[in-house]
Amino acid sequence: MALILNEEQQLLKDTAKEFVSNNAPINHFREIRDSNNELGYSKDIWKKMVDLGWAGILIPEEYGGSNFGMIGLGSVLEETGRCLVPSPLFSTALLGVSLIELGGNKDQKEELLNKIAEGSLTTSFALEEGPHHSVNSIQTKAEKSKDGFIINGNKTFVLDGHSCDLIILAARTSGNTKDKSGISLFLIDPKIKGVNVKRTHMVDSRNSSDVYFKDVEISSSDLLGELDGGLPIVEQVVERGQIGLSSEMLGSTIEAFDRTLNYLKERKQFGVLIGSFQSLQHRAATMFAEIELVKSSVMGALNAVDENSNDISRFASLAKFKSGETFKLVSSEAVQMHGGVGVTDEYDIGFFLKRSRVAEQIFGSSDYHIDRYAVLSEY
Amino acid sequence: MTDLNAFREETKDWLETNCPPEMRKPGDVCWGGRNPNFSHPDQEIWLEKMGEKGWTCPTWPKDYGGGGLSHEENKILQEEMFAMGARPALASFGIWMLGPALLEFASEEQKLEHIPNIVKGKIWWCQGYSEPGSGSDLASLSTKAIEDGDNYKISGQKIWTSNANYADMIFCLVRTGPQDPKHEGISFLLIDMDQPGVEVKPIKLISGKSPFCETFFTDAIAPKSNLIGDINKGWTIAKRLLQHERSMISGMGLATGGSSGSSRRTSGLAELGKKYIGTNEEGLLDDSLLRTKIAKHDLNSRAFGLTLQRMGEEAKSGGPSATASMGKYYGTEQNKLRYEIMLEAMGTKALGWEGDPFSPEELAITREWLRSKANSIEGGTTEINLNVISKRVLNLPD
Repeated sequence: MALILNEEQQLLKDTAKEFVSNNAPINHFREIRDSNNELGYSKDIWKKMVDLGWAGILIPEEYGGSNFGMIGLGSVLEETGRCLVPSPLFSTALLGVSLIELGGNKDQKEELLNKIAEGSLTTSFALEEGPHHSVNSIQTKAEKSKDGFIINGNKTFVLDGHSCDLIILAARTSGNTKDKSGISLFLIDPKIKGVNVKRTHMVDSRNSSDVYFKDVEISSSDLLGELDGGLPIVEQVVERGQIGLSSEMLGSTIEAFDRTLNYLKERKQFGVLIGSFQSLQHRAATMFAEIELVKSSVMGALNAVDENSNDISRFASLAKFKSGETFKLVSSEAVQMHGGVGVTDEYDIGFFLKRSRVAEQIFGSSDYHIDRYAVLSEY
Repeated sequence: MTDLNAFREETKDWLETNCPPEMRKPGDVCWGGRNPNFSHPDQEIWLEKMGEKGWTCPTWPKDYGGGGLSHEENKILQEEMFAMGARPALASFGIWMLGPALLEFASEEQKLEHIPNIVKGKIWWCQGYSEPGSGSDLASLSTKAIEDGDNYKISGQKIWTSNANYADMIFCLVRTGPQDPKHEGISFLLIDMDQPGVEVKPIKLISGKSPFCETFFTDAIAPKSNLIGDINKGWTIAKRLLQHERSMISGMGLATGGSSGSSRRTSGLAELGKKYIGTNEEGLLDDSLLRTKIAKHDLNSRAFGLTLQRMGEEAKSGGPSATASMGKYYGTEQNKLRYEIMLEAMGTKALGWEGDPFSPEELAITREWLRSKANSIEGGTTEINLNVISKRVLNLPD
């Protein structure tokens, strides 16, 4: 396992860095937030990302993608994370693509993956039903009808739910709440009768929604993967999500840290730069060490997916635990070290604080992953 | 690739032929020296074979007796030794600290004189850095070396000299320019311990053991040819050597961890907890708070192991850098925490000092816990390493 990028991967990362600084610096995020943009992201920026091939990084070449792997997508997410770029990259290019690629039949892949790669389809993943991440407490029901299924239930924290073209739903088709078997995945057009998508405004100003399903009728061809056999796919995709999101969180953490270091080198009090104070230096040095650990954990986890390691599950928890814990630490310290201006809306540093807490809840908090790691390690 | 595959095969064969059976089991590693102490005859054979091959120092140049291996080849050697369960043939401050500094700073004659002896384990080296009044403020050291014909005459006192009571030679920081600013009057000198002007007194530590000594110099003699680098320019060498020392110490964080390549699933803390506390009906450790602490520690150890690996890949050519301070800081804090968690897991069984009610393993953990307290002090305290990160890596102002 190599823990540094190869030439091609580095090139992609450099391209992403340049793209973000030219097209979507942090002010872009502020504009989206303040303009009451209905979509929650810029179509124009997303189109450019698609043109760069980012929507198809995980898509096999036969379906119009570049098959560049998780290290590739992670490198891009890290760079978009630095400037908190709002886009469907995570929900579509990572979650949507993975769900379809792992679960779909040939026709579904042919149709949907090509559309995603060319930028004419965005997706969301409707999984969560409560305020805490859980893959085994799905109560939304899909009951067999004459020519398909009837769906009833509520989903929450659906990223990009209100802006997407296609919802991929995890619902229970048999068994009881905690059963391993009996979960199925469905492709649902958000515009059909009985589907009610309600945008939820979160503290990080990124896209999220609640989705209500009331007697929604769908055909049996809308099933993605095997009936009752969806859980292993959900678990795999969630792990990829944990790892990809960790890359994005790493980028945001590095940016918050860099901004704070710059502030320590320009702000004067008592006639000296505040960065000369040892109490601040040691905290900065400690954060540096933690960030180095995040980098390695994320890189190890991205690698594990690309190499199809038998330890992906623990790597996913390692990456999400470490990135969550460190993003939280660094964003909190960043605000504290900025002093009064740190708590103003005018300064961007508060964006990172807000984002860190939401990102931590996506697919499991650090505490969740400590527990999961112990279970996976059999203690 | 095929070259590396061939190298792997050759290495396997060579180890199979030359590594004696006893050395394929866990156990102590010998320190060599002029009067070496071998706990088993196989230790001597193993040291001789590995020394001849240069594989005690696999990546050092062949010209000086090293193995001349590339980093990729060395990785293969380490993997194959690990696979066989072969222990290192030699433990030595010459390998970990002095040798790399000599390769960088010594003259050709000095390299030819000292490096082959390090490779073969002929000399047991110790380190003369700290003094009673110069701990974290190392550059304030006052042990003097005065020119005396072809020699230097050394007077003063060093402290925390590891194994000075066994060592043959000491690499020592001495003050040669008493009038110069403190960093600019220091030289790096090699001194023979076997002479009347050198006296050694072991220091008893809180663990009850004495791995460190006080070393007294009273008109001790060292030939001028033992001065490494230029006179009064020893601080540069000293700092570089400290980086090697810190890299070496940071490796201890790994002993707990399981790097990416490791097949061990856990650090062993969970097993300890299960043994002394028990499991619940689901088979999980029956103390949820301790279980959380252990899992967090295991996660951080793994992240740290990956970090050392990544830094190794990044610095393939350059050797250790200021990031060595990060490894030293984090690795030693992790190691201390590991022992604290062991104490929590074992309760009073980890607090015995001596006697029958405790097993030898339990008593060893008590002593190792106390020993671990020095980890974040020796080789630069945690606080000094955080200073180095602030100044050299983050460029924060003075």
